[in-house]
Amino acid sequence: MDSALIPKGAKRCSFPKFTIGIAIVSAVLLWGVYAMFLCWFKGLNQTNMNDYYGFALWIWADLAVIAVGGGAFFTGLLRYILKVDELKNIINFAVIIGFICYSSALLILAIDIGQPLRGWFIFWHANVHSMLTEVAFCLSAYFAVLTIEFIPNILENRQVNKVPFFHHLAHNMHGVMAVFAATGAFLSFFHQGSLGGVAGVLFGRPFAVREGLLIWPWTFFLFTWSAAAFGPCFTLLITKITEVITGKKLVKDNVVYLLAKISGWMIITYITAKIIDTIYWAMVTAPSLGFTLSHFYTDNSFYGYWILVTEIIICGVVPGLILIMKSTRENPTLRIIAFVLGTIGICLNRWVMVLQIMAVPVMSFDTWALYIPSWQEVATTILPVAYGIILIAIAYRYLPVFPQEKELNR
Amino acid sequence: MFPFSFEWIWDMGHVVFFGGLWYAVGILGAGMTYCLLKAACDTINDSDNKTSH
Repeated sequence: MDSALIPKGAKRCSFPKFTIGIAIVSAVLLWGVYAMFLCWFKGLNQTNMNDYYGFALWIWADLAVIAVGGGAFFTGLLRYILKVDELKNIINFAVIIGFICYSSALLILAIDIGQPLRGWFIFWHANVHSMLTEVAFCLSAYFAVLTIEFIPNILENRQVNKVPFFHHLAHNMHGVMAVFAATGAFLSFFHQGSLGGVAGVLFGRPFAVREGLLIWPWTFFLFTWSAAAFGPCFTLLITKITEVITGKKLVKDNVVYLLAKISGWMIITYITAKIIDTIYWAMVTAPSLGFTLSHFYTDNSFYGYWILVTEIIICGVVPGLILIMKSTRENPTLRIIAFVLGTIGICLNRWVMVLQIMAVPVMSFDTWALYIPSWQEVATTILPVAYGIILIAIAYRYLPVFPQEKELNR
Repeated sequence: MFPFSFEWIWDMGHVVFFGGLWYAVGILGAGMTYCLLKAACDTINDSDNKTSH
């Protein structure tokens, strides 16, 4: 039925099977959309936020998708600026994943502000002393970069590419993609960093506050570094999941090994910096503010030392070591374990840096703010996942996303 | 947002924030304009070549 739209020589499942799959995921999507409209029409009382605890679950999701979407800017930087040619075989998919992540982040912010019709206020009435204003600027501009990077892939659809103007446009956009990729790297450096910087400058929150360089706390650099380190892990994990679902090999092993190796070294260097940062904070920063380490991990039923060990050792050091050693990196099972642990690790880091910060008591009369999200928050957090699955399915079916697919599946 | 907007102040904050934003948006706009114009020229050249053959 839609065979004229499918890339030449590529095999795809039947149209009814594809439609059924999309319909199932769309049901989840609609659940999220319903919750989103409840938040818009009835207000943020639909969430379990209150004056004591003002961060909804979706803010963690927002930071997490931005972090895992970092694979797009870092892979783009490697491919177009540093000229790592092998990565041309995975860059399209990295861009699509980045596009999904950043559009989801913007959608989440549109829900979070409660009144999306006033979303433009952050540009028009900008508070130029706020790191979050910088985040909003860079996030929006970087989403434009990702859209521009995604367009040539859409224009390479079998039917669209028959139109001479679109054919030339795709070709010309490829020609200047390095300029867009460089702009994307510049924007990503600042918005990833500023998301971490927001936590680091909270001098009223001893769990978060850090020293730093000039106006930037160390968390600024750690956030950018971690996104560049773990983003490619997520890209490779989604690539593997797509291969399993489609039953096809889509990217050659040498490309996967290369990106995994780069990611591994980035993770190891990042986690070393993170360990040094944590030790300094625990031994110097927090005590200087009148707190001991145990204050942040005891006297509550959820946030124990386990979260620190899981984030740094199990989901940081372990995947890093697996990916830098050739024997473990080339072992398919261990490699997947590293990708999964890495993805969990970066999401856990964002959880700690957003939700635990707000949960820790600061004043002597404060108590731990342990918080259960409402179903509307859960639904709007799952919404981007369903949207991502649908967009990947459509892109994979109709666009030449993986240049090596034909060769690997003869 | 713009120097002609009543809220605009010529201070470091506004210049850095909006300078950065307009710089990035300017590059993206110029890049896309170049691609679109060149694609239009290439398309016209293609059709001219086909007509002359």
